[in-house]
Amino acid sequence: MLESKIPSGPIEKKWEKARFDFKLVNPANRRKHSVIIVGSGLAGAAAAASLAQQGYRVDCFCFQDSPRRAHSIAAQGGINAAKNYRNDGDSIFRLFYDTVKGGDFRAREGNVYRLAQLSVNIIDQCVAQGVPFAREYGGLLDTRSFGGVQVSRTFYARGQTGQQLLLGAYQALEEQEAAGSVKMHSRSEMLDLVLVNGKARGIITRNLVTGAIDSYAADVVVLATGGYGNVFYLSTNAKGSNATAIWRAHRRGALFGNPCFTQIHPTCIPVSSEHQSKLTLMSESLRNDGRVWVPKKQGDTRPPSQIPEDERDYYLERRYPSFGNLVPRDVASRAAKEVCDELRGVGPGGQGVYLDFADAIRRMGEAQVREKYGNLFDMYEEITGENAYKVPMRIYPAVHYTMGGLWVDYNLMSTIPGLFVAGEANFSDHGANRLGASALMQGLADGYFILPYSLPNYIASSPLEKVDTSHPAFAATKEEVSRRVATMVNVRGKRSVDSFHKELGKMMWENCGMARSEQGLKSNLEKIPALREEFWKNVNIVGTGEELNQSLEKAGRVADFLELGELMCLDALQRRESCGGHFRVESQTPEGEALRDDEHFSYVSAWEWKGEGGQWELHKEPLTFEYVHLAQRSYK
Amino acid sequence: MNLTLKIWRQQNAKASGAFVTYQVQGVTPDMSFLEMLDLLNENLQAKAEPPVAFEHDCREGICGACGFLINGVAHGGRRGTTVCQLSMRFFKDGDSVTLEPWRARAFPVLRDLAVDRSPFDRIIQAGGFITAPTGGAPEANNILVPKDSAETAFDAAACIGCGACVAACPNAAAMLFTAAKVTHLNSLPQGQPQRDRRTLSMVAAMTNEIFGSCTNHGECEAVCPKKIPIEFIGKMNRDLIHATLHHRGD
Repeated sequence: MLESKIPSGPIEKKWEKARFDFKLVNPANRRKHSVIIVGSGLAGAAAAASLAQQGYRVDCFCFQDSPRRAHSIAAQGGINAAKNYRNDGDSIFRLFYDTVKGGDFRAREGNVYRLAQLSVNIIDQCVAQGVPFAREYGGLLDTRSFGGVQVSRTFYARGQTGQQLLLGAYQALEEQEAAGSVKMHSRSEMLDLVLVNGKARGIITRNLVTGAIDSYAADVVVLATGGYGNVFYLSTNAKGSNATAIWRAHRRGALFGNPCFTQIHPTCIPVSSEHQSKLTLMSESLRNDGRVWVPKKQGDTRPPSQIPEDERDYYLERRYPSFGNLVPRDVASRAAKEVCDELRGVGPGGQGVYLDFADAIRRMGEAQVREKYGNLFDMYEEITGENAYKVPMRIYPAVHYTMGGLWVDYNLMSTIPGLFVAGEANFSDHGANRLGASALMQGLADGYFILPYSLPNYIASSPLEKVDTSHPAFAATKEEVSRRVATMVNVRGKRSVDSFHKELGKMMWENCGMARSEQGLKSNLEKIPALREEFWKNVNIVGTGEELNQSLEKAGRVADFLELGELMCLDALQRRESCGGHFRVESQTPEGEALRDDEHFSYVSAWEWKGEGGQWELHKEPLTFEYVHLAQRSYK
Repeated sequence: MNLTLKIWRQQNAKASGAFVTYQVQGVTPDMSFLEMLDLLNENLQAKAEPPVAFEHDCREGICGACGFLINGVAHGGRRGTTVCQLSMRFFKDGDSVTLEPWRARAFPVLRDLAVDRSPFDRIIQAGGFITAPTGGAPEANNILVPKDSAETAFDAAACIGCGACVAACPNAAAMLFTAAKVTHLNSLPQGQPQRDRRTLSMVAAMTNEIFGSCTNHGECEAVCPKKIPIEFIGKMNRDLIHATLHHRGD
């Protein structure tokens, strides 16, 4: 069932071989083929623009009012590329190696090598589009070191790299829309996938303004709908980010890969109250110059300025002398949790650690710190009312990214023929932990440089009978969707959608967050189905399905999170090892570091939906490593 | 703290709207403005009343989805701040706050505080891009970009397309939005080949979308959450004159 389709041959030739083996579609025939792309972030917009340029008819969908608002826009830090412009020892092989190791050896070597190769093309492409990357005085591109690597390979546009890359892709998309090659459907949410003879042939959407349920048919469907971090309610994701598209596809037969692999980002602004609706990330580029510390003493409530140097514990520098404050995200997050669990946390509730710029200001002056990080310091002050040039920032880990997603082969196709999955929505490339500045790289690699080759190959090599929305499969699926929407609206219960979401999120954060135990996971697996049952009996949605109804939109997404949350716990329970962002308390070294178990768990878990009520079947794709030596990660 | 909110309620684009007054209790200074509205909406739904529709997504000031007038000022009047970043610590107990959607003919109300900003996408379609089909790009460092040009391009490219500039302008002009994109792309070497065509067609699209004209009030710059300076409108006008002269008779 799980055929990864990695080409044979040496790793540096695999992608070249795949591209040569791919079948092509004659330029004159491309207009005859249609592609549906759901999502307009980096992966979706890049794929939509690139496929339209080739001549395919593209329909692109997003739930936001404009494709420019997709959540890729919020990525701050940068994008990695193995350009080696710094002459500091970088190479494609090193980026590949760092990514496999950073992912704690739970990603496919073949995929990651291709990602590293394509990283170089991405920068070229984005510069040509006018992305205003940071520059040196001589006019060359500037780079910086970022998030757990020892070379400067991260390209950036101040603290708004995601915004600028997305606008580049968005503008290319809009150009194609003006040319008539792309039809954009904004304010449209995909609510189901339509299969005809086992192949993905269309989607059912809800128009978020009128409530109309619509059908769209195509030869191929691409899901580029982002991650599912909002299952935790509080995360750095946008409020609208959701798993509905991938979850509906999962229920139609697409296997879900590594659902428990979630990333908790170490540098976020701590939670301040129960009303909090989202968490704000402070770019981890701050860790390049900021030093993380907590008081050595438990329950030390003195203001930071009155804690002398020798009573501070710079715990990352102490525990990981060679990487210091730049250890990967999972390591930094866990270390912060540990010092807070030891009652050495700072700020209200003790759920925070200091990120201190006093040394950086002494070393390079406040002006230079302001030039590098000014917008982040401003943002911090707006939210907390504190001036981080004067007092250290307080940070705490928060859910940020999901490495898991729909299982795809090397060609980014899911287990449903004709259903491709790109960007954060798929499971590939990052293993059990994603390195900083790699999400933008993967989204754009998928969208600009992989789908435009692998998707035409599918079109050229599959018999695709002519199908339009008059096919009975569309009417049947549409009927199911309408019924589900009506059922939800008509519950007319007592509890708001948000109250269910918060309760689920709290359970997930406590038992399936930074540390996971058999006991906690089992407790979640009992409680989540009960909460789900209550949802369908007691949720309160005011208004109807035939109007702009934001509670209804949220309710559909939360209903899916209530199923996905259960699968995440199930996956976390079966993986009785610690790896990357997945830390099982039962599997650690004597020093408290994550302990991997390669003998038993060197595989991708891929879950098959077997029907309502928590029934899944686990499939395993074994992982083998020929080029990277399997080793326990050490950042000491 | 307790607040009195006067909010524009309008069920859909065709319905007529009205201000409705609500009381919210138990607002805390660490809430954001939208979290205060979340609280109001929880209370409304508990009474089976329809919640207030408002646009929001990232809640960190970068997606550009949120925005409405607070006491007549777009995004509430804190310099360089979107509604979603606005903290309740700038309000005090007993305050009366009026909320209304962007007011502009080109931005019809969809429901309550949510408006249709699709004209912005169409202005970008007219020329807000550099034609660079995927695959044909030269090696990135073959294109040298002077640091100053890159900085100007970035300052302009920081626009989030929220529409505050239009809402604040007495003429409901989209000049600052359009000028920001024209300046971003026209400042870069990569943007030069399409410079004149871009400027002419984006300005034409802006006019076609029934936005007004600029009469130098400067309200747009004052409310812009990304502090896009009005001088970019001057740059665009200069580029427009240049392009018009060069393309007479085209």
